[in-house]
Amino acid sequence: MRLTDLPLRQPAYVDLIDWTSLPASDAQRLREFGLCEGASVEALHHGGLLGRGPIACRVGRMTIAMRRAHAAAVTVRTGPETLGSELGA
Amino acid sequence: MSALPLVALVGNPNAGKSALFNALTGARQKLGNYPGVTVERKAGRLSLADGRPLELVDLPGTYSLDPASPDEQVTRDVVMGRQAGEKRPDALVIVVDAANLDNHLRFALELIALGLPTIVALNMVDLATRDGLELDAAALSRELGVPVIATVAVRKRGLDHLRTEMEGLLNGAPSPYPAPASAPRDFEATRQEARRIARAGVIRETPSRRLTAAVDRVALHPLAGLALLLALLFVMFQAVYAWSEAPIAMIEGLAEAAATLVRDALPDGILRSFLVDGVINGVGSVVVFLPQILILFFFILMLEATGYMVRAAFLMDGIMAKVGLSGRAFIPLLSSFACAIPGIMATRTISDPKDRLTTILIAPLMTCSARLPVYAVIIGAFIPARDIGFGIGLQGFVLFCLYLAGIVGAMFVALILRLTVTKGASGSFLMEMPKYQWPRPQDVLLGLWQRAVIFLKRAGTIIFTSTVILWLLLSFPRVPEGDPASQVDHSIAGRVASGLNVVLEPIGFNRDISLALIPAMAAREVAVSALATVYSIDAGDDEAALEQSLGDRLKGQWPLPTALAFLAWFIFAPQCISTIAVTRRETNGWKWPLFMVGYLFALAYVAAGLTYWTATALGLA
Ligand SMILES: Nc1nc2c(ncn2[C@@H]2O[C@H](COP(=O)(O)OP(=O)(O)O)[C@@H](O)[C@H]2O)c(=O)[nH]1
Ligand SMILES: [Mg+2]
Repeated sequence: MRLTDLPLRQPAYVDLIDWTSLPASDAQRLREFGLCEGASVEALHHGGLLGRGPIACRVGRMTIAMRRAHAAAVTVRTGPETLGSELGA
Repeated sequence: MSALPLVALVGNPNAGKSALFNALTGARQKLGNYPGVTVERKAGRLSLADGRPLELVDLPGTYSLDPASPDEQVTRDVVMGRQAGEKRPDALVIVVDAANLDNHLRFALELIALGLPTIVALNMVDLATRDGLELDAAALSRELGVPVIATVAVRKRGLDHLRTEMEGLLNGAPSPYPAPASAPRDFEATRQEARRIARAGVIRETPSRRLTAAVDRVALHPLAGLALLLALLFVMFQAVYAWSEAPIAMIEGLAEAAATLVRDALPDGILRSFLVDGVINGVGSVVVFLPQILILFFFILMLEATGYMVRAAFLMDGIMAKVGLSGRAFIPLLSSFACAIPGIMATRTISDPKDRLTTILIAPLMTCSARLPVYAVIIGAFIPARDIGFGIGLQGFVLFCLYLAGIVGAMFVALILRLTVTKGASGSFLMEMPKYQWPRPQDVLLGLWQRAVIFLKRAGTIIFTSTVILWLLLSFPRVPEGDPASQVDHSIAGRVASGLNVVLEPIGFNRDISLALIPAMAAREVAVSALATVYSIDAGDDEAALEQSLGDRLKGQWPLPTALAFLAWFIFAPQCISTIAVTRRETNGWKWPLFMVGYLFALAYVAAGLTYWTATALGLA
């Protein structure tokens, strides 16, 4: 499931990030925000009246906002923490 | 460059570097600029326990040593010893947010690997505790190989300890901690190391009461959040009027008393005219707006310090994206409501160059506080102080509409610019959302105090000088004794204005407005002091006329359509030398500032014209 489709306030883990679909500088910034495979994520708010605004999500202990185009590059997985996810906070 | 030992504060944005800087240096700080770049250099002095002074610099926050903006580049260059005009720091104080260690320690590891003497300030431990997180500073010290000191910058906790450690470092005391085995190099390895260390430093972690999440459910809600934002802005503009009445009356009283004093003490003549017409009436007419400007800054400081500003950017990103901007641009634009200069400088956090240029070009459309004196004097004179229901005053409402007109104009211009001169890929919106917190009153007061000093300095320099020059040009040549012609018509300034008036008459401007607009190129508020000077000189010895306030005089002399056209002009007109100068600096040349001035004057002319013709056609008088 993509991060854009993740229901609000349902804890999940990052499965895969398609870094190549993002501009290099944005990818770098997202990495610096702590977004990485295995990190715990939770979608908190969808902005915009028609649902086209940015998404606020918790990544680890930090809350960050990004546009849907960026969130669509992140594949997430819900359910119990598995091996790869021990990196999540 | 100073010969004092130099210590740099570095860390992620919002780690509390500036708070720590303020707490350590108190009032002894100096603002400047790094040469060649426009990044602000904030430095201050601090005395160690043994009395030795050292210089502390507050570096721009950054997430890594891979800069994404000019601000971040300065930080990298300073810590690497490559920044012109700054020696390499003798020691670093890395500030990390205790509640966000995984992330902040990654950058800290990168910095520690530089090999400079280093201390880590484990800041915001109070907020970490609020979130149910208990940390072990000693364990972190062992893992990082440098001293780690728990601090709460805003409560001045841990500062003495920090000072003692700094003293030790600068004295070259050997570190009690073994150096870490290996400095990890690549990003991923550093990140994993940071995570490991962060975990090792946790004593206890309990699920927390999440105040921020609860507030955000409302503040970021697509409907409720937007309503809240509009309500906040509306309250802000109402307050500008409602709270300022008493202090304004006080300042006016003082100015009047001063004028009477001078009039009684001095014989009629040039000196008396200079002091009363030029200095007291001219400069006084601007100083009177200090309370309103401080109220405006109070709101903006509060929005920033509470963490709400980023939420506003989040809410606005959808709309900003439609005109090709990023929600990030909302923050510089909102600060431009106070003043376009810090607003334009704040665009440096926008990494996309075209996004940034567009934001710079529209920043002057945000209604800055220098327009308040102009708006306030015209609104006060021409708009009745009526209640239009729900406890909303008509005057505040008109002011709100003027702000709105600036915003709508800016969005419209951005849209056109993004389709033409700043065409390019659409930007992105990536922001960290800080936790909400209540700012300390001292910090807000300090911020207000700094604004007041800047404003009064401006009144004392730019506004004073332009007022004095205008007074000179208005007072000479003198009308010969017995000649019925008015002094203003006869003066140099009056003749120049009559020439300019040929162009401005079609949009409803009279000669006095043309007169005021010339010195107002220096700063918008000067328009008000200039009008005050013109009418003060015009009144001559006419006691009754001298008793009148500027507003009353305008009301007597200007038709309503002219007053409205004057307001419309100032929504757009780029009358501020400092803004033009800062645009030149930030865009490295004259091309963009000239473009900006050109398009804004064109818009001002059209807007004033449309307003005047419409109002006249509607028969408003
Ligand atoms: N509760 C708490 N707030 C802090 C502390 N240090 C800084 N802050 C607040 O955190 C926010 C960001 O701090 P600031 O100094 O501007 O961070 P900078 O970006 O690193 O300069 C401000 O609102 C500060 O008042 C702290 O130790 N405890
Ligand atoms: Mg700062």
